[in-house]
Amino acid sequence: MEEETIVENPRSQEQTGDVVSVGSDLLSGVTDKRRVRKYNLGDLLFKNLTVLFAVVVLMLVLLMAFEMYDGSKLSFQEFGTGFVTSSSWDPVEEDYGALPFMYGTIVSSLLALLIALPLSVGVAIFLSELAPSWVERPVSFMVELLAGVPSIVYGLWGIFVLVPWIRKTVEPFLSDHLGFLPLFRGAPYGFGMLAAGMILAVMILPIIASISRDVLRSVPRLQREAALAIGATQWETTRIVLRDSRSGILGATMLGLGRAIGETMAVTMVIGNRPEISFSLFDPGYTMASVIANEFTEATTEMYINALIEVAFILFVITIVVNMLARLLVWSATRKWK
Amino acid sequence: MKSATLTNGRFYRRKAMNFFMNSLAWASALMAVTPVLLIFFYTVGKGASYIDLDFFTHMPRPVGEPGGGMANAILGTLILLGLGSVVGLPIGILAGIYLAEFGRNKFGEVVRFMTDVLSGVPSIVVGVVAYTLVVLPMKQFSALAGGVALGILMIPTVTRTSEEMIRLVPDSYREAGLALGIPQWKTTLRIVLRTAFTGITTGVLLAMARIAGETAPLLFTALGNRFWSTAIDQPIASLPVFIYDYAKAPFEDWNNQAWAAALVLIFMISILSFTIRFVTRSRFQND
Repeated sequence: MEEETIVENPRSQEQTGDVVSVGSDLLSGVTDKRRVRKYNLGDLLFKNLTVLFAVVVLMLVLLMAFEMYDGSKLSFQEFGTGFVTSSSWDPVEEDYGALPFMYGTIVSSLLALLIALPLSVGVAIFLSELAPSWVERPVSFMVELLAGVPSIVYGLWGIFVLVPWIRKTVEPFLSDHLGFLPLFRGAPYGFGMLAAGMILAVMILPIIASISRDVLRSVPRLQREAALAIGATQWETTRIVLRDSRSGILGATMLGLGRAIGETMAVTMVIGNRPEISFSLFDPGYTMASVIANEFTEATTEMYINALIEVAFILFVITIVVNMLARLLVWSATRKWK
Repeated sequence: MKSATLTNGRFYRRKAMNFFMNSLAWASALMAVTPVLLIFFYTVGKGASYIDLDFFTHMPRPVGEPGGGMANAILGTLILLGLGSVVGLPIGILAGIYLAEFGRNKFGEVVRFMTDVLSGVPSIVVGVVAYTLVVLPMKQFSALAGGVALGILMIPTVTRTSEEMIRLVPDSYREAGLALGIPQWKTTLRIVLRTAFTGITTGVLLAMARIAGETAPLLFTALGNRFWSTAIDQPIASLPVFIYDYAKAPFEDWNNQAWAAALVLIFMISILSFTIRFVTRSRFQND
């Protein structure tokens, strides 16, 4: 209460004594509106400028959603929900359905996860639990290098190295030994779902591996020491660490999945680009991203472009959902120990 | 007796399991490293012999004429990187400043979350948005549209690294500035940002390294160009699109040039990454 009176009426306090008057001078400097402006004009401008740009980032996501919604109105009105259930993609008849692309995206991404997940967890365990530091550093570096290679270079490598290898070695081997499964039937083209899944696996491995490594490392040392102290082997200790990092690894996997779903160039170059749904992994397929990449510049009619933008919109929504789940999982997993 | 052999058996089984699983982890590390080595081996092996001075100074030749270069694509990639930076850096850095200096509230959390969301949006989708935003109104494919797409792709990386780097600046620096009576905006610009400068540069280089190889968002924005062009309202060539076109072409000579272009692209990105390593290392040595 005493302070408030000082603030309200600084001058009256000046008579009461030296000590108080010093205090009242300081306080009056802060609050007396006649002498010092409450806000510095520069501060006000600067803060609001940064707020403006923060809002720009926020609005960008909404703008993207709106632009794609606006750009796909025609096809949305024409086909409605049939767009995602129809498997006909016929630019001549102007009849569009995105099912083959959604199928291709899902199957190639899941195949990639199937290959990359065990490997990535293995790499993460190796880097965080097993490797001596003189091995760990170069391997970490190479895994990070793998993440930095542009998609187009993977695609180039895919066309000229991976696809011939799959055609000559992998597919004949699979059809010889597992040919009774419908998954491994048909002519070995090389270009197809299997090639797409494999190249995607190489591309998402560094993401899953490096995040999983960080998640494993965030498990406190005490957990390991406790296990080792009661006589657990290295693997048994690792299992305990793994059990503690389940949700984080799941999050890393989802991030990898998000990347695989949106990956364009490398997949476009090796998947064969045929809008058909086939259970055989040897057959060519098509993904949402690659149909946009291939046909956008060729799309001549309004409806064609609208249909392609709608494919982009669906892709956008799917990746956002997958990424949000992933972030939530990684966030809660690494926060657990803090 | 019986129980002793039982525990012994279990002991060896545990040992064997331990050995097996550890070997699997080693094997998967080996398998993860193999593709890196293969990709670099092939890119250097196939591309190096096609790189000479002409490759950097000449234009692409028509089909059937061997030789020629991709001077226009190298220039185009640099121009696109510049345009992307012009679009992406101001937004990214200022949003980063907001998050670090004022963003400890609900709105900051929302912006941070949206930045993460944005970083997960596939680059091809960003290309589609740049098409509807720039190409449709201008009725023309252009370097500008490509720059907008690349700029949007830079924003999440630049925002998050700027925020983290500005956060690293100790509060005592800010307090020292304010205690001298310097207004907060000047303290932020002159003291905090200057201290965080190398860190922010790292983020910028990182973002540039990421977008330098982007192909998908350029296909229907910058499109590509077989001629020399520096106009930002015209289609422009770029290394990634060049690689794509030449890799698909059924001519061996073109395929080889695609490898050479890939090597140049990887080389450019490596320069950026090594600069990052150099900048961050000298930074930590100073501390």
